[in-house]
Amino acid sequence: MASSAIEAEGLVKEYPGGVRALDGLTFGVEQGTVFGLLGPNGAGKSTAVRILTTLARADEGRASVAGHDVAAEAARVRSAIGVVAQRGGADREATARENLRLSGRLHGVRGAELEARVEQLLGGFGLADAGDRIVRTFSGGMERRLDIALALVHRPRVLFLDEPTTGLDPEVRADMWQEIERLGRDEGITVLLTTHYLEEADRLAAQLAIVDRGRVVATGSPDALKRELRGDAIHVELEGELNGARAGLDRVAGLRDVTVDGSALRARADDGARAVPSVLATLDSHGVAVASVTVARPSLDDVYLRYAGRTFGEADQKENGR
Amino acid sequence: MTALTHTRYMTATHLRQLWRQPWWIAVSLVQPVIWLLLFGALFQSVADLPGFGGGDYITFLAPGIVIMTAFFSAGWTGMGLLEDLDRGVTDRLLSSPISRPALLAGRVAQQTLTMVIQSLIMVGIALLAGATFANGALGVLGLIGIAALISAAFASLSLAFALVTRKEETLIATLTFLQLPLSFISSTLIAPELMPGWMQSAANFNPVEWAVEAGRAAALGDGGFDVVATRAGLLAAFVALAAWLALKALEKYQRSL
Repeated sequence: MASSAIEAEGLVKEYPGGVRALDGLTFGVEQGTVFGLLGPNGAGKSTAVRILTTLARADEGRASVAGHDVAAEAARVRSAIGVVAQRGGADREATARENLRLSGRLHGVRGAELEARVEQLLGGFGLADAGDRIVRTFSGGMERRLDIALALVHRPRVLFLDEPTTGLDPEVRADMWQEIERLGRDEGITVLLTTHYLEEADRLAAQLAIVDRGRVVATGSPDALKRELRGDAIHVELEGELNGARAGLDRVAGLRDVTVDGSALRARADDGARAVPSVLATLDSHGVAVASVTVARPSLDDVYLRYAGRTFGEADQKENGR
Repeated sequence: MTALTHTRYMTATHLRQLWRQPWWIAVSLVQPVIWLLLFGALFQSVADLPGFGGGDYITFLAPGIVIMTAFFSAGWTGMGLLEDLDRGVTDRLLSSPISRPALLAGRVAQQTLTMVIQSLIMVGIALLAGATFANGALGVLGLIGIAALISAAFASLSLAFALVTRKEETLIATLTFLQLPLSFISSTLIAPELMPGWMQSAANFNPVEWAVEAGRAAALGDGGFDVVATRAGLLAAFVALAAWLALKALEKYQRSL
């Protein structure tokens, strides 16, 4: 039986001014898996990482990482984890090699073992030629790769990646995804990844927790979460008011979860393509003009809409605009 | 043991950062030399006033400028930490097994070691400018030891202040506000007998004055060993208090996360 690498139970964290960043966050991560915390900006993901990496303390609840309580055994947790924070945190006035050496030494890795590990990581992260360059001169992607290498010098059991690809170019992001996939596969360590990119969670995480307003609203594998939605998403862009058509739509066979948001009509159906003609006929009979229709396999965006009650884009923008 | 080893790593890291900023090194070496020569020339005739005992001014001034430089540069120690806080370096270190005191002590040690080298150069320039250190090499060593104490104390205070305020502007404004008054309410530039009475009384509570008195007593032999010993004791207590405040400030910072 696989034991839990991370356990969080009822974590609550409130900041001055009454901002409740975490509101009873609970989840567990199995050893050796890549686990994603998915949520919009401001959902509390980074606060959760800060608590699990012993940087911050929860007001309520408890958590353990690699079998150690984050509050009572902080020192043991720190030795067992590697952390890549959103802001990185490499010494930009030092070279990549100097950064790696310091990180290793602070974790008690010394001498020949340290040198070998530093060379291995520089090579593995495509920084072999940049080892003696000052980090300030690095590109964004290089610096991010160094950040991850820094967190791995001491071969941690659990790696935390807080928004690892935020602010990177799309191509660099694709490279990072490969690196992270490789970590989960080759190094066999447990990875906790936070992200507000749906496609990132979909691609990298074996298990997901969807976080909204400091709580977990759904957990499962990306596929299972999508499967739970049972069926395709139908999205109709209306040109006019729905008027009396709503009641008619409820009678269309196989159509569920009908929601209307302005001119956007969303619904689900086991077989989307088959339901579209009936939907269009119903709308037409009520005199509602249609601008466009799309049918899609369920996405994590739909999962988010279902559990958080708002679309991911809306939530993300709202929190950004705070 | 871990704390010492980690302090060594961090000190080496910060010394290397400094070494890679040659312009900064040049300015920090030239500035005190300018003070020494400029003040030495400007206030030359001050030494003719009673209270100086007929000695020459550059001899009187040199220990004062060594202390003043130590006190001034130590105040800026928090700036580097603010940059680290801003870039996430401090947070990364705090989630690693680094000894908490070492996280701060590395910066204090770097500042103080740099100051020792600065002081040696200043003493050399002062000698070339005609100063005489009556107590010889041992006296100069005592002066530098005292300067190290004031440096360690104000470097720690600067770190504490940076951790609490977390704003460069606040640190700069506070230093600008405090540095000159604390230097002038002391015998750095002028014999204590020539200061107004209220200033003499205020100076008794000024750590900069403790350091100037002790440094001058050590290097020039004014006032004897007990002046050095009592002031050094006061300064050591001040260093302990400042270090304690810095550690409390680090705890406070972490609680705010």
